[in-house]
Amino acid sequence: MSDVAAHITGTVWKVEVSVGQKVAAGEVLVILESMKMEMPIEAPDAGTVKEVRCQPAQAVNEGDVLVVLEP
Amino acid sequence: MFRRLLIANRGEIARRINRVAQEMGLETIAVYSDADAASPHVREATRAVRLGPAPPRESYLNTEALLAAARETGAEAVHPGYGFVSESADFCRACTEAGLVFVGPPPEAMARMKDKARARVLAGEAGVPLVPGSAGVVADVASAAAEAERIGYPVLVKAAGGGGGIGMAVAQTVAELEKAFRQSADRAKAAFGREGVYLESYFPLPRHVEVQVLGDGQGHLIQVLERECSIQRRHQKVVEEAGSPLFLGGQRTGLLAAMKEAALAAARAFGYANAGTVEFLVSDGAFYFIEMNARLQVEHPVTEATTGLDLIRWQLRIAAGETLSVKQDEVRRVGHALEFRIYAEDPVRFLPSPGRLAVFRPPEAEGVRVDAGYAEGDVVTPHYDPMIAKLIVYGRDRAEAIHRADRALADFRVEGIKTNIPLHLRIVRDRAFQEGVLDTHFLETHAKG
Repeated sequence: MSDVAAHITGTVWKVEVSVGQKVAAGEVLVILESMKMEMPIEAPDAGTVKEVRCQPAQAVNEGDVLVVLEP
Repeated sequence: MFRRLLIANRGEIARRINRVAQEMGLETIAVYSDADAASPHVREATRAVRLGPAPPRESYLNTEALLAAARETGAEAVHPGYGFVSESADFCRACTEAGLVFVGPPPEAMARMKDKARARVLAGEAGVPLVPGSAGVVADVASAAAEAERIGYPVLVKAAGGGGGIGMAVAQTVAELEKAFRQSADRAKAAFGREGVYLESYFPLPRHVEVQVLGDGQGHLIQVLERECSIQRRHQKVVEEAGSPLFLGGQRTGLLAAMKEAALAAARAFGYANAGTVEFLVSDGAFYFIEMNARLQVEHPVTEATTGLDLIRWQLRIAAGETLSVKQDEVRRVGHALEFRIYAEDPVRFLPSPGRLAVFRPPEAEGVRVDAGYAEGDVVTPHYDPMIAKLIVYGRDRAEAIHRADRALADFRVEGIKTNIPLHLRIVRDRAFQEGVLDTHFLETHAKG
């Protein structure tokens, strides 16, 4: 199980995956927006989306878990 | 002159406009979002009006809230600054309809500049050199190859509906072109629902040089010399200077004179009035029109520092119907100025770094000016642009400006967030920068950590 966290403080712009979806390593899970920049949050490893803990327009802090993957 | 000015912006530019307007004896109205309620620009204005929540769409881009603030406070004119509503022809028209003076070009000129394809045609008709390219969209690989042969390799293959670098590829040969064509066509279709692809000449190491123009809309238009802005990251300018090192010591006078003439020709073709900038790409001794910006540029202070002209003061005077009394031959540069954009971001990976400015102490020294949007203790939120301040350094020549900049950057103390000050220090200490050998890919190969 791996927690995928926000690496910057910002706002969730898009959630690109849903629960149960299989993802490859490097696939974009969530796109954050901070200071007029789009920051893709990618899957560190391949796996299945177990939980999505954020939604569009939500403000997130650095370190907040956005998506939980299971191998 | 109007008596009451609404400043439809935030941060350093709102503060700078406020300062100029108050010096001119105007009453100023600041506007703010909930994220900026405690910002310096709110405190300094004569009055301040809340626009709405933090997201720009609900605050600084909210035409209704801006117009309501103007109505409620009896403002007679609106200065949009740069960014936000500054290039919105619709906002400009809405101001005019509400009986407000918009400090900027007429809406028709703005509309002409905003449509890039139309701007290219207008500039071309006015005799301004354009980046060589295909005449519109190319139908298939064979016609792309024929066009590329005509333009000359390398070519840039671009998706017609594109933007932000999506569907863009460089081709050095026919084989690469075939691959790039298919790739761009596919990407264009996936991202924009259109297959159209067009070609442009690709310049591997271009320089970005721009010319400031100022016109009163009553027949008098001047150019206020050039700036160079080649040091960029992700197509965002990082360091700007006046003049361009390309022309120092009286080099390439023919090229410079032709660029200034082209800038005036473009501005006339667009029906331009007020302060604007014509951007060019310079490569191998030739220049090409990129676009004209219908607003004050972030980097305008390097022009002010070296010409003694206050561009914001002139913007306000021209908007109030005054004629521009500065003659072309009175515009002269003395010395050299550099501007460093201080971004709240990691200096290596260029990632945003919002947070609280636990320490914020800009340098003070001879030839040093800092335009900052924040004060010590303020919070830099993730809602807006990462630029927290501009450091402008003036010297009698470029070498003195660089020397003073090194000192000023080293003395600039910011704690609590990461900034790109270490990157700026590496830039001013880089030999290629010191020698003025610049191109828009400079940061990919120089000033590494």
